[in-house]
Amino acid sequence: MRHISRYRNHKAVAPLLLIIALFGIGTTFNVASASIKEPMNASARSAQIEEGKQIFLKGCSTCHGLNLEGSAIAPALMGVGAASVDFQVGTGRMPVADMSAQIARKEPVYNEEEVAALAAYVASLAPGPAIPTDEQLNYERDGSTAEGGELFRNNCAMCHNFAGQGGALTQGKYAPTLMGVEAYHIYEALITGPQSMPVFNDKTLTPEEKLSVIKWIKAAEAEPNLGGASLGRTGPVAEGLLVWILGLGVLIAVAVWLTSRAR
Amino acid sequence: MTMMEKRVGSAANFVDERLGAAGWVKKSLNKVFPDHWTFMFGEICMYSFVILLLSGTFLTFWYDPSQRDVVYEGVYQPLKGITMSAAYASSLDISFEVRGGLLMRQIHHWSANIFMAAIVAHLLRVFFTGAFRKPREFNWILGILLLTLGLVEGLLGYSLPDDLLSGTGLRITSAIIQAVPLVGTYLTFFLFGGAFPGVGFIPRIFTLHILILPGIFLALITVHVMLVWYQKHTQFPGPGKTEKNVVGHPILPVYMAKAGGFFFIVFGVTAFLAAVASINPIWLYGPYNPAQISAGSQPDWYMGWLDGLVRMAPPWETHAFGHTISWNILIPALIVPGIIFTGMAFYPFIESWITGDKREHHLLDRPRNVPNRTALGVMSITFVLISLINGGNDIIATHFDLSINQIMWATRISIFILPPIAFVVTKRLCLSLQRADRDLVLHGMETGRLVRMGSGEFVEVHEPISAEKRFILTSHEQAGALELPATDARGVKRPGVLKNKLRLRLSKAHAVAIPKTSAQDLKEIEHH
Repeated sequence: MRHISRYRNHKAVAPLLLIIALFGIGTTFNVASASIKEPMNASARSAQIEEGKQIFLKGCSTCHGLNLEGSAIAPALMGVGAASVDFQVGTGRMPVADMSAQIARKEPVYNEEEVAALAAYVASLAPGPAIPTDEQLNYERDGSTAEGGELFRNNCAMCHNFAGQGGALTQGKYAPTLMGVEAYHIYEALITGPQSMPVFNDKTLTPEEKLSVIKWIKAAEAEPNLGGASLGRTGPVAEGLLVWILGLGVLIAVAVWLTSRAR
Repeated sequence: MTMMEKRVGSAANFVDERLGAAGWVKKSLNKVFPDHWTFMFGEICMYSFVILLLSGTFLTFWYDPSQRDVVYEGVYQPLKGITMSAAYASSLDISFEVRGGLLMRQIHHWSANIFMAAIVAHLLRVFFTGAFRKPREFNWILGILLLTLGLVEGLLGYSLPDDLLSGTGLRITSAIIQAVPLVGTYLTFFLFGGAFPGVGFIPRIFTLHILILPGIFLALITVHVMLVWYQKHTQFPGPGKTEKNVVGHPILPVYMAKAGGFFFIVFGVTAFLAAVASINPIWLYGPYNPAQISAGSQPDWYMGWLDGLVRMAPPWETHAFGHTISWNILIPALIVPGIIFTGMAFYPFIESWITGDKREHHLLDRPRNVPNRTALGVMSITFVLISLINGGNDIIATHFDLSINQIMWATRISIFILPPIAFVVTKRLCLSLQRADRDLVLHGMETGRLVRMGSGEFVEVHEPISAEKRFILTSHEQAGALELPATDARGVKRPGVLKNKLRLRLSKAHAVAIPKTSAQDLKEIEHH
């Protein structure tokens, strides 16, 4: 160690360190941005970014600004990342149809290619969470259902209900149902925290834990209703309604019939 | 006599000579029960109770009332390897590994729900027809006790599986007990054996749920039914029915056949529900963990109105002398239900104080003929329904695209406004129905047949109603309001001026009625 520290005041140290630092940042950025779904060459990518820019200018800039700077009614999009764009546009929440308490999921306006272009464009201007790759999302291989269930009840059930059916939040907002939501959309929601949802970064829930949660949600989705009609998997409200309408209703009808002959 | 008859006869004789039972049996079998569909609610309760005892006994064979930690190694994959209480694990095993276990669990739970619904229906019938009046006040109070016990027994029952939802319910229960001023904290420690959740509540609840409370239930139900037996069943007014007789079918064979058959129908409906509709899917809820909660956590429907009241309460708290008084729990969860249940229990005495009527009643009232009581009942139902709606506010919000805050505010306001409106509207409706009755007796039924008179005038032909119907519409008595002179015979002011004033006003309100058709009126009609 002694002979390295001898050179620490050498005039080449500063430029050398700068070059190493830049190389490091560049590599990191490259790795991070390489996680966009398919590898493509530089020219294809810049064409995709250009296409995304055109879509953005036509479809998004009215509210989000020409340079993603946002406005009074829409947030700035610098640094939201491709994951956020893919979630918001891919689930049809953006572009927004009505500005009520919560922006609802609907039929997507843009097709997959256009969503990818938009995501690439937004991500090209500032780094942010990337769209998870299929390799990263292999929840069948990397996740554990039981652990996912425990994590789900710890972190998700208080808003999304014990079976992922969704639940009410304040002032007309709600946690949407998780049934029928694509795995990558769930993952993107976890890392970007759309609307009322908190961000679950990799320290709160490691990537493997996120996959476990997704695996449990998929298991809940596929699980047949073991006890008969599910009544919406919402708990005792539906049960109470059924017992008065069907249970007591039928018994009263029978009682009327039983006693009617005597007249 | 055939051989068979001889044998049965000698066997009966053998028993009779030793027990002297023949007289009792003969008397009992000649008992007569009046027939009306609303008289069957009590039977639904009783049959549901039998179903509960049978299915509950089945469940105890496999249920493990312990909070000991076990690692689940059963067949339900999504919970495999999770640490949970033995109570929850054994409930899962009953659901998935015991043959017919899930069906039995569901029969037990649906039956409990039907039991409570039938109790409420039975209570409403007894209330609206005035069947609680002398001499049946004690039986009414027994009924209120049974209802209260049912609430507790139900809560304890769905707490036993120790799943996430039931644990949440127990957490709220412990919070409600804690809200009792001064002793709340000690009381909770006493009941749960330490700080919540502790490790003792499952075995304690188990003993209460399967031994103590069913024992009390059995005793109270027996007395309840024996009193009906002894005091005879009430009956609706009609020709030949008086305060001194009971008109209906003797126990054998018609009534027995009907009642026995009805048991199987109740069992059938319960089993059908249990076979086709899921109830309390505990495997989806997961094991109880105080750190977890699910959106839309609800109690069963009969506790839902209490939950709704608690959800409605504004966050009021007082801190004084080192104590916290949580008005937001104390008022909705203890004081209001306390007032409601006490009021219900004492209502027979309150009403007889208002009317001054101390006589025995075996003939039922038609609800319209006692507008004040009917209005009070509808007012109470409105109150409970509004609370119940707020109890499900989160489910209603998500399913009807509403804001949970709006629902809360709507119920907060309407809980004060709607019950009085319901009272007034019901009272007016009752009086209108009395008017319609009077009209029916005086002018008969509209036939829809139009006749053109010689003069060109069109009239609708009215047909006189049957004598039976006329009797039903006119046989009730219309007692006027109380008269309480302010001074006694010697001109001395009676004590309790304010009390008498209140009594007079209530009595006047109670006696409001449309004068029923009198014999005089009818005679005049005939002269037309």
